[in-house]
Amino acid sequence: MSVLLIAEHNNKEVKPFTFNAISAASQINEDVHVLVIGSNSEEVAKSISQVPNVKKVINVNNPIYENYIAENYTSVIIKLSGNYSHIICSANTFGKNLMPRVAALLDVSQISDITKVISEDTFQRPIYAGNAFATVKSNDKIKCVTIRPTSFDPAPTSGGSAEIQNGDAAEATEITKFIKKEEIKSDRPELGTARVVVSGGRGMQSGENFKLITAVADKLNAAIGASRAAVDAGYITNDHQVGQTGKVVVPDLYIAVGISGAIQHLAGMKESKVIVAINKDGEAPIFSVADYGLEADLFDALPKFLEELNKLNTIQK
Amino acid sequence: MKILVAVKRVIDYNVQIRVKEDNSGVVTDNVKMSTNPPDDNAIEEAVKIKEAGKAKEVVVVSVGEEKAQETVRKALAVGADRGILVKVDGVIEPLAVSKILKKIVEKEKPDLVFMGKQAIDDDCNQTGQMLAALLNWPQATFASKIEVKEKTLEVTREVDEGLETIEVNVPAIVTCDLRLNEPRYASLPNIMKAKKKPIEQISAGDLGVDVKSRIEQIKVEEPPKRKAGIKVASVEELVQKLKNEAKVI
Repeated sequence: MSVLLIAEHNNKEVKPFTFNAISAASQINEDVHVLVIGSNSEEVAKSISQVPNVKKVINVNNPIYENYIAENYTSVIIKLSGNYSHIICSANTFGKNLMPRVAALLDVSQISDITKVISEDTFQRPIYAGNAFATVKSNDKIKCVTIRPTSFDPAPTSGGSAEIQNGDAAEATEITKFIKKEEIKSDRPELGTARVVVSGGRGMQSGENFKLITAVADKLNAAIGASRAAVDAGYITNDHQVGQTGKVVVPDLYIAVGISGAIQHLAGMKESKVIVAINKDGEAPIFSVADYGLEADLFDALPKFLEELNKLNTIQK
Repeated sequence: MKILVAVKRVIDYNVQIRVKEDNSGVVTDNVKMSTNPPDDNAIEEAVKIKEAGKAKEVVVVSVGEEKAQETVRKALAVGADRGILVKVDGVIEPLAVSKILKKIVEKEKPDLVFMGKQAIDDDCNQTGQMLAALLNWPQATFASKIEVKEKTLEVTREVDEGLETIEVNVPAIVTCDLRLNEPRYASLPNIMKAKKKPIEQISAGDLGVDVKSRIEQIKVEEPPKRKAGIKVASVEELVQKLKNEAKVI
């Protein structure tokens, strides 16, 4: 049986996590078919057909799919589901919104956010915000699985030439209407996918002081994070929150400034490749997960840190 | 309008999770439990809509063991009118929870169902969407703003790229994000009052829902431990290590 992977795109370009999902899908079964549901989305179908791991692209093209609505996508997927052993997509807001709707209609218990493929029916996934890992086996006939994009390398984007087949649209929903999307226009990388994250905690003492974090983040082309304590204290908005109740991040470099390292914060960042902690309390739990700990007053350390960065000839972007 | 809010009792977000020695799960005995955090946002929003005169009744429901009654009671203390506890023992998957909630919806006939976007124990993020599918209702997930209109809701959703606004027909399911509102604390008089509010107890079996697990949990393990790092003496040393040793800047 084959794997049906649902592509995320904006009718012009494929969203990058789709490539991570393709690579996870091909670990489950080599016969990966990618479903593109869109409007004038031929370019999207074409670029996916060039991924060597993809065996077939199904392009369902209709003006009703100009904007992504889970209700509409679900009807198309259900119609095709009979031919597949697995339905896969990425576990970001796109896939999290979509897959359970599909799974429920197929009467399948979904497996969310897998970080490892063990076999066709067995997967590893984090629970309790990554404080534990569960190995789970699905006994359902069709397996509905979402994958954690950062746990799988993206599939190569050229060299393949999969067949592109046109698929049929399903009936359009009348119960949900798309109104608008406001993309946050920022030169800064997104918190969930940034290579570097600089985060501030209660130790920042005020929202105003976050400008010290911003300056370092600008220099490193980093996203800005915060602990729940900093958010609760009103220093910064909730969308910056890293932790169990905020975002889980896995950057190459995570710099925690004035963050003590409460369990709920550690849950959101301890999978980062390299962790730096700057804190004046040498006993702070954050040091137990830090690769490099600097016991110092952040108000001295941050300006000095920026100064040292300025001295470097090159900085990775 | 009537709003049903679904809440889950989970291990408190401040508790250090410990994996059982036999790898069968995580330790829950003698561990502090509380309401799943985004479920608090769901209750708050429902109560606010009622206070604004746009809803007549807020009913709170939980699916879980006997002790989940505390979670229901807590919701009553911040303004929900009455509670329902559907008793189930042990772990129950989102698919079964959504089937139970469907039965409750058929009985209670709410116009809106609110719940948190995700439970912080199993991290599944499924129940709301599954319930919407089973009822063939629209779903508005990750809501950070809800505007009640005449026969529709306008919901702003937190998506990866920013914010998306959709309009859904009522009846609808909304799953709530943390940015939706600031949940209130219960005052002492309201906690006392909540003790008198009714909680109806139903067993999942009475609803005729099959709650058997479809997914086999093979084992639960600790995450890989990070190897101990080092302390650096100065900012200069830190930058030098990041550049030359870790090679990340």
